[in-house]
Amino acid sequence: MREIHVNEITNAIRDMAIHSNTELGEDVLNSFKEALEREESPAGKDILQRLIENARIAKEELIPMCQDTGLAVVFVELGQDVHIVGGTLRDAVEEGVRRGYDEGYLRKSACHPFTRQNTGDNTPAIIHIDLVAGDRLKLIFAPKGGGSENMSRVTMLTPAVGVQGVKEFVVQRVKEAGPNPCPPTIVGVGIGGTFEQAALLAKKSLLRPLGSSNPDPELDRLEKEWLEDINRLGIGPQGLGGRTTSLAVHINMMMCHIASLPVAVNIQCHSARHKEVEL
Amino acid sequence: MEQAIRLTTPLTSADVEKLRIGDRVILTGVIFTARDAAHKRLIQLLETGESLPFDLQGQVIYYVGPSPAKPGRPIGAAGPTTSYRMDAYAPELISRGLKGMIGKGARNQAVKDAMQQHKAVYFAAIGGAGALMAQSILSAEVIAYPELGPEAIRRLEVKDFPVIVVNDTHGGDLYVEGVKTYAR
Repeated sequence: MREIHVNEITNAIRDMAIHSNTELGEDVLNSFKEALEREESPAGKDILQRLIENARIAKEELIPMCQDTGLAVVFVELGQDVHIVGGTLRDAVEEGVRRGYDEGYLRKSACHPFTRQNTGDNTPAIIHIDLVAGDRLKLIFAPKGGGSENMSRVTMLTPAVGVQGVKEFVVQRVKEAGPNPCPPTIVGVGIGGTFEQAALLAKKSLLRPLGSSNPDPELDRLEKEWLEDINRLGIGPQGLGGRTTSLAVHINMMMCHIASLPVAVNIQCHSARHKEVEL
Repeated sequence: MEQAIRLTTPLTSADVEKLRIGDRVILTGVIFTARDAAHKRLIQLLETGESLPFDLQGQVIYYVGPSPAKPGRPIGAAGPTTSYRMDAYAPELISRGLKGMIGKGARNQAVKDAMQQHKAVYFAAIGGAGALMAQSILSAEVIAYPELGPEAIRRLEVKDFPVIVVNDTHGGDLYVEGVKTYAR
């Protein structure tokens, strides 16, 4: 058994909360630059240039790139030979969120569904724990803003609609979302599993670096085909018209029930933030 | 691109009537922030005949919930939030003198009709460019509902704040027209 103290977890979460919100990944920045070369709309080009400028200011001045610093979504891959000491994993993560959002001057966006009363410290965090082999602890911090999350959907399709039906649902979702989720977006698609598993597959697909290939050649082909269809919609950066509606489509798929075809579309705005650390 | 149009708040009907969808506008002056929670309270005040925390005449409301200001700064990141959540409240405010709204995302027909009827415009700021947008904000002061935190009403003093006209007083909608140009 390898021991990991909760303080290590809290400190890691605190740091990732701040840095994920102020430093846009190089993969996303490169994707902006590539889109800038392809974009035909003058307004679209202007917006892409400003997004690159925005990322520079955020990093240099250590202020969030977007005021919506999200709900704190945390993926934990816990090695089964790890023993966490000094407290519970959940409490350690929550404390890291509390500190990161306070000390990093990040916006606290967690509230009661009915009264809308803000919890004041951006907790509770949304924590997904996977128990894996080994004696390491991997933490991924992926803050998620409300605008793009609101445009996401889960549906249970009829198996007869097949791959064409899945594509139509995904493209239609992006079309209906229009300018709302802050395009250019990344479209995370989860196919299969159960109702809740499809949503989780979609969310996890957003963690894959932009520009990377899907390890499954068939899904890789579908990702490219669906992205082309989406970028023919003409929505463009910020929905003002243009070629760059989405930067990528990412698909995660698994087996499902013989009666079902679950599909989830989790839309990610261009502030595609995530950091990870292994303890 | 066309030269940007400079406007100083508060705006008049004449100011907004000359604007067309796609116009780039540079705003300077005072604007007010409000999201859905604050809008709900403003409408409640109007229903009970009480006065609002600020005079609506000619004003511009910015749909934003900024992140906290670091020491020595007026405001944190301050980009627009999605506007449809304010659609239920906007027509009433427009009918009482509101001249401009800044946000992101499409508005419903009732808001568009109110803009045409009462001469008001809807501007888009760049969603997610909160660090950049904050550079155009000189000061921020909470003037109502501090208990709402990021959703409190703030009086912002802005200089050269860049926006684009999405809905004008003539029924135009840039989200519809812009997409038509590039769809294929």
